[in-house]
Amino acid sequence: MKERLEQLKQEALQKVEQADSIQSLKDVRVEYLGKKGPITEVLRGMGKLSKEERPVIGQLANDVRENIAEAIETKQTALEDAALEKQLEEESIDVTLPARPVQVGGPHLLTSIVEEIEDLFIGMGFEIKEGPEVETDYYNFEALNLPKGHPARDMQDSFYVTEELLMRTHTSPVQARTMGAKNGSEPVKMICPGKVYRRDTDDATHSHQFTQIEGLLVDKHVRMSDLKGVLNAFAKQMFGAEREIRLRPSFFPFTEPSVEMDISCKVCGGEGCSVCKGTGWIEILGGGMVHPNVLEMAGYDSKEYSGFAFGMGPERIAMLKYGVDDIRHFYTNDIRFLEQYHKA
Amino acid sequence: MLVSLNWLQEYIDVSNYSPDELAEIITKTGIEVESVEPVAEDIKGVVVGYVKSCEQHPNADKLNLCQVDVGTETLQIVCGAPNVAQGQKVAVATPGAVLPGNFKIKKTKLRGEESHGMICSLQELGIDEKDVPKEFADGIFVFPEDVEVGANAVSLLNLDDLIIELGLTPNRSDAMSMAGVAYEVAAAIDGTYTLAKEQVESADEKASDYISVQVEDSEANPYYGAFVIKNIEVGPSPLWIRNRLTAAGVRPINNVVDITNYVLMEYGQPLHAFDYDRFGSSTIVTRRAEEGETMVTLDDQERKLKPEHLVITNGKEPHAIAGVMGGAESEVQDDTTTIILEAAYFSPAVVREASKDHGLRSESSTRFEKGVDPNRVERAGKRACELLQQYANGVVLDGVVAHDELDRSEKQVTVKTSIINDRLGTEITNDQMADIFRRLQFSYEQNGEEFVVSIPTRRGDITIFEDMLEEVARIYGYDNLPFTLPEGASQAGGLTLPQQLKRRVKAYFEGAGLHETITYSLTHKDKTALLVSPEVQEQAVSPVGLAMPMSEDHAYLRLSMLPELLESLSYNVARKQEDLAYYEVGTVFISEEQEVTKQPEEVLRASGAMTGKWTNHLWQQDKKAVDFFVVKGVVEGLSEQLGLSFSYEKAKLPSMHPGRTAVIRSAGKTVGFVGQVHPKVQKEFGLKETYVFDVNLEELFRQYEKEETFQAIPRHPSVSRDIALVVDENVTAGAIASTITEAGAPLVKDVQVFDVYQGEHLEEGKKSLAFRLLYMDPLRTLKDQEVEEAHNQILAAVKEQHEAELRG
Repeated sequence: MKERLEQLKQEALQKVEQADSIQSLKDVRVEYLGKKGPITEVLRGMGKLSKEERPVIGQLANDVRENIAEAIETKQTALEDAALEKQLEEESIDVTLPARPVQVGGPHLLTSIVEEIEDLFIGMGFEIKEGPEVETDYYNFEALNLPKGHPARDMQDSFYVTEELLMRTHTSPVQARTMGAKNGSEPVKMICPGKVYRRDTDDATHSHQFTQIEGLLVDKHVRMSDLKGVLNAFAKQMFGAEREIRLRPSFFPFTEPSVEMDISCKVCGGEGCSVCKGTGWIEILGGGMVHPNVLEMAGYDSKEYSGFAFGMGPERIAMLKYGVDDIRHFYTNDIRFLEQYHKA
Repeated sequence: MLVSLNWLQEYIDVSNYSPDELAEIITKTGIEVESVEPVAEDIKGVVVGYVKSCEQHPNADKLNLCQVDVGTETLQIVCGAPNVAQGQKVAVATPGAVLPGNFKIKKTKLRGEESHGMICSLQELGIDEKDVPKEFADGIFVFPEDVEVGANAVSLLNLDDLIIELGLTPNRSDAMSMAGVAYEVAAAIDGTYTLAKEQVESADEKASDYISVQVEDSEANPYYGAFVIKNIEVGPSPLWIRNRLTAAGVRPINNVVDITNYVLMEYGQPLHAFDYDRFGSSTIVTRRAEEGETMVTLDDQERKLKPEHLVITNGKEPHAIAGVMGGAESEVQDDTTTIILEAAYFSPAVVREASKDHGLRSESSTRFEKGVDPNRVERAGKRACELLQQYANGVVLDGVVAHDELDRSEKQVTVKTSIINDRLGTEITNDQMADIFRRLQFSYEQNGEEFVVSIPTRRGDITIFEDMLEEVARIYGYDNLPFTLPEGASQAGGLTLPQQLKRRVKAYFEGAGLHETITYSLTHKDKTALLVSPEVQEQAVSPVGLAMPMSEDHAYLRLSMLPELLESLSYNVARKQEDLAYYEVGTVFISEEQEVTKQPEEVLRASGAMTGKWTNHLWQQDKKAVDFFVVKGVVEGLSEQLGLSFSYEKAKLPSMHPGRTAVIRSAGKTVGFVGQVHPKVQKEFGLKETYVFDVNLEELFRQYEKEETFQAIPRHPSVSRDIALVVDENVTAGAIASTITEAGAPLVKDVQVFDVYQGEHLEEGKKSLAFRLLYMDPLRTLKDQEVEEAHNQILAAVKEQHEAELRG
């Protein structure tokens, strides 16, 4: 009996080894481990055995059974793995074929620049203020030290709606409105971006509509050196830590002293080239200390309070930073233009 | 302002600086140098030649054969200029010479005759056409007789000079003169300059015997001075005056006119010369013009005058518009012998008005408009007398006949060093302050840190402390200011909720596949009637137009961004870019008035426009054109972004497809619309099927409520059931879905349409709509029976409200 079991085991293991499919493996299982299989038969014939032999043979029969079952199990896993591998191989694709496109849009270049500037100033504790694009003559001009008949109004050829209403020519009226709302007592620290309008014929460098972003800080003891420090911090973050700034005297009716800020030319590093017209510097913004008349008109005591203001044109910055060569690109919305700056 | 470097050097020594260095210093102390350019580039080898003989060319009618002595030799030169003549001294470019434009002169043969060089016109020497004196405009330039043969013509004609172009800001009219520039440069480089005193030798005869002056409006004309100069010989002015005028961009005419222009450039004071004998009286009366009065000005134009204009009259007729232009009748001519020289101060506002009305902006009017230096008016007259004496043989009569109520006093501004430092962030000392005032040539009285500064009248722009602050800062040097950061109480910067939402909405649209655009707010009147949302249309009484538009295309404020967005699509489609998804966030302008008197309401809206293919996956042959449901999906996503629930109602709107348009409602309010553009409008823009949306962001932001509580994630399973309903084809899916939601409350959590069918298996005029319903109770597992009951309720409700039958 012992020999018989050994023999069955050898036979079964060999058949397991030879099985080449799940089905044939199943057949082996049925054949050897099934209820009608030879091992069951052996066990059934155990009654004939002596009392001593019975547990020995029983143990052996169980071991044989387990050995066979284990072998089937192992073989089964191997066959399944092979089958899966084969199937996966058949499923293989050309991964270099083009993807199904996901529609992705993006921001307009001017928005990217405006938001970048906004975020820089938010980081310095400024808030964002907005105001109407159709302004009163008072806020657009008079509150900014440009009374009726002032020669500097020549500089601002404007689109009037009525005698008293016009398309704002700068975002400065937002500053006048914000200051006016503070009753002359609280500090102001703000940035105002927005659309502005001038009576210009559209060409490569002029646009009747463009964008401005202006800043204002009013408080006690605001110094011109603070303007220099804030603009320097802004310029280095916006244009690169290696860029230098330079302030030059200038004139604006709403600031005194007034400044124009240049940054060192990126192209030539200040040596002088065609981009900076040989000067090594590129004009980037205007500003100055808020004119006492502007402070007084907004209700501040100009002896006690002082402030600085500055303004710049995102179109100009975009043109300098990215080399955009025609201001009309910003408004014709050519998809080939828009898509270029989605990572800007 | 064009500044000749040679001329400037005569006033102040700048020879220690290269032109570029000087330009940099001037720019950094306050006046921007726009360019430094040579009068004429790269000229060499041009000398003075004497035309010994001039005969006609044997083979050419229009050419002359000249023998020209150039000092070292005599050259034969063929010359085509009509004004060449024997005995002239001319500018000769000898063989080997180089003229502007790198034009090299070589020995050549012209019609068989040798030509050893070229006799030059001023244009050929690089002088701008407009600056060339009329007598030389069509031919060669002829030197005065006293120049030496063989001399260097380049320096005689000042062609080796450099011109510094200053970009003057409106406040710095003091630098609209060579004297003013010299004062500025002196302050900038710490040099020395004072305007030289005038030297006039007067005759015994008195000017007052010839002329009297009467001023009617002293406020408009606080000073009027008349000088009388006799025995004038009108002729060309000396070469140096002509050269300087040319450098300053003024065309030389004759000595009298040139001298008044020269003094204008030198002192910044406009002068005018009248021909005494043609003036028509011995009394000058300045007065306001009468309504309807006319006069003919120097340019032979008849000018209609208004009472706002100031005129210089002979007691009867006007002979000049004050500060703007003289009259033709008393113009100085070749035969003029006696002149009245006017040196006056006219009110800036009066001159500005007249120059604007007549469209005449001249070197004179621009200076009067800014206000001339009261202390230089009479001196300028004297300076002109001095030059007329020397260069026009004039005899200057004694005295100036003047009306004089001019305020020549210097204003005082008090400046404290500590306040200067507080405003600049500097540590300037009292001594440094004193030194700055010395450089500016401002006199002052010092008392400790307090300076009472007297502002010279040439600096009319300085009136208040802050003006002095700028003077101190610029001379101290903006470069020398420290970098500091504001010290005041800090505030937390940041975006307001609407500003945050605006950014979020834009990011959403971009993530959804739309490109942001920015279009013009000003549009064509016709476009204000297109694609306007119904709630805007209802509120806006009339579109707001500009009083004086530049073009019809940008004459009205938009009521919708969509027409300009379609314009952008159209621009791209015309360039073969046909699959487009655009959006814009911006304001529209709503006025509730027929005739605008107050600011229109500016409402923030978002608009989108889409056309062409939405998906296009070529190799899988999967193409999908943009349709209503694509654009509706974008709108739905927006509502989800803002936590709102939009409903859609089919609507007929002008300029929209009548069957494919819905108004959008949120919280009971109309907030916009979505749909296909009317095919006729599409065609006008050259577009194929185009879908748009437009929503009122401001209203949506008001409805937005930030989620501030936690909703437990359901732990119990949901049950889904499908029903297919047969309804009349006019019944909308939205209406049935609402009924289902309502009747199935509170267990029905979601209703989705999963099939729409109309066709052969259904009765004519009917359609089948299949819905998938989701039942759930967050607190427990639902029993089949409960679901069954709710389902039956729903079936009953749709049957009752929509005559919907369960599809068999």
